[in-house]
Amino acid sequence: MSSILSPAEADRLLKAAIAGELPDDRGRFGPFGGRYVPETLVPAFERLEEGIREHLHTDEFQSEFINELKTWVGRPTALTFAPRLSERWGAEVWLKREDLAHTGAHKINNAIGQAILAKKLGAKRVIAETGAGQHGVASAAACARVGLPCTVYMGAVDIERQAPNVDRMRRLGAAVVAVESGDKTLRAAIDEALREWVSDPSGIYYLLGSAVGAHPYPYLVREMHSCIGRESREQMMAQAGGLPDAVFACVGGGSNAIGLFYPMLADDCEIIGVEAGGTGTGLGQNAATLATGTPGVLQGAYTMILQDSDGQVQETHSISAGLDYSGVGPEHAMLQATGRVRYVSAGDEAALEALEELCELEGILTALETSHAFVAARAWAKENPGKRILIGNSGRGDKDMPTLTKYPAKVHTHGST
Amino acid sequence: MEAHERVSEAVRTANDEGRAGLVPFITAGYPDAKKFIETLKEVASVGDVVELGIPFSDPMADGMTIQRSSFEALKQGVSLAWIFDRLDEAKSDIDTPLVMMSYLNPLLAFGYDDLADRALAAGVCAFIVPDLPFEESEEIRKALEAKGLGLIQLVTPATPPGRLKKLCDASRGFVYAVTITGITGGDKGLPDDLADYLDSVSEVSDLPVCAGFGIRAASDVAAVGKHASGAIVGSALVEVLERGEDAAGYLKSLQGS
Repeated sequence: MSSILSPAEADRLLKAAIAGELPDDRGRFGPFGGRYVPETLVPAFERLEEGIREHLHTDEFQSEFINELKTWVGRPTALTFAPRLSERWGAEVWLKREDLAHTGAHKINNAIGQAILAKKLGAKRVIAETGAGQHGVASAAACARVGLPCTVYMGAVDIERQAPNVDRMRRLGAAVVAVESGDKTLRAAIDEALREWVSDPSGIYYLLGSAVGAHPYPYLVREMHSCIGRESREQMMAQAGGLPDAVFACVGGGSNAIGLFYPMLADDCEIIGVEAGGTGTGLGQNAATLATGTPGVLQGAYTMILQDSDGQVQETHSISAGLDYSGVGPEHAMLQATGRVRYVSAGDEAALEALEELCELEGILTALETSHAFVAARAWAKENPGKRILIGNSGRGDKDMPTLTKYPAKVHTHGST
Repeated sequence: MEAHERVSEAVRTANDEGRAGLVPFITAGYPDAKKFIETLKEVASVGDVVELGIPFSDPMADGMTIQRSSFEALKQGVSLAWIFDRLDEAKSDIDTPLVMMSYLNPLLAFGYDDLADRALAAGVCAFIVPDLPFEESEEIRKALEAKGLGLIQLVTPATPPGRLKKLCDASRGFVYAVTITGITGGDKGLPDDLADYLDSVSEVSDLPVCAGFGIRAASDVAAVGKHASGAIVGSALVEVLERGEDAAGYLKSLQGS
């Protein structure tokens, strides 16, 4: 969709993005973003924006946040060289191990950061939505950590396919509400969380889990996750002796991807986001929003969305609950329009195969979301032999066991490649 | 007279007759798309203004009743273009001013200039867009006002005083005063401090103020009518239609007649 912007506009926008000037004061990333919310929530969004201005970049907040990331989350997460995968792909493959973060995915960075912010803003309770359940688990854990009650909204379809995470949330003290309306997945869960927020906008803190929605969430979530990219750069320099030639991350709403990509925008490397290609290219068969969507307003932001010609948002399909979303963060829409980041898709079958390959060769059970990034990285490696590749290994796959057991595993013999 | 002024006038006419203006809401094409115009005429025979809901896949400010009606209407193939076609066929029979309630995305997909043209031709006088705050509204406002249509602004008990004045000044037709902090279809009744809140809106508004959310019974309409110019009845009416009951009779009962 690079035709949305003229080359001069694209150039100007990318420069502004690299200079840290986006979003602008209207919450825009060029044409994307903004704040499309019910009037009842306008004062709550203004308070949140004000609270971010007041706290986020103070020494007090940052030292508390960084200390929690270090001593409770387990940051910095490791950068792992993948020798056997490298050999098979004919590349030099490095993995940023967000799967090793507390609760098993990158989501915890944002959850603990926003939970600390909620406490500072005097919230009485926290609500959150979840797709794969990782943000729900992270929010439940973070709220327990700071001492705030937490309610998690989760689509009924997702509750079924991510059952282990539902039990984890409850054990971590969160109430889990099954959302039976709409498409019963992440999109319906966000709608329901917004409805709850409307009922008590001053007492509730909405801990949104992806870089989506109305301003300031896409900005806030990016700031919470940009440690992923900053650490990766330092670790690549120290361990690999230089920055990667190409960087890959999976994109649903796009929080782990923006965290990894944002600090690397000015670097001399290709950046590739990988969406869920599902079972095909038809509307409803995938969640490849940037590849096949059109601009529109969904859940608070002007961004790329999957919709029909009447502006009705369409249901999506992906084997991975965390990518199964009809919208995408507005900053990704901007990065696509400027041409800085390329977005491709990977299908269900290929994602399963990639997951199996990583298990076999490196002893890492990655999340189904994450395995989409490996599909695109492998394809790129075949076309660009001998290059250095960094993959954001955003989460671990333990929570996917109910899905994976439906697909019989091939029996691997260690040592045979 | 510009189209949006027809809405204000209809509410004021009701007030001149010594009663609160009644603004019934229906989801277009629900419960039965084939009976859309029939249902609209029945409701318009009692209402002073009719609010027509455009179904949307993500009705984030609505409770279960409107969600249900919205999803079902979509299943029956209702779209904005379909609604305009039906209204074009029937408009000579409907004198009551119509306002459309739609989330932004279907309007965006339709195109603002086409929207204004088709709305004006179909007898639609103004739009209520629940996910469009004033700050993001300039583009659609210009397109609508160029044709004499307008945006009806919502205000809520959470709206700070300075903002309240700005929203009332920007509104056209009437000011939509949301009675509660919450979504449509609530059954907790109207809040105790409703009178003060509605008085505060009426004080700063040059337009009639119509109160909506949680209005179900004649006593609610009467309570609201003392402090506002009109009452909007949504979920409760949709439920009456859903049960196949007499909608006109229900609306008359709300007026205490």
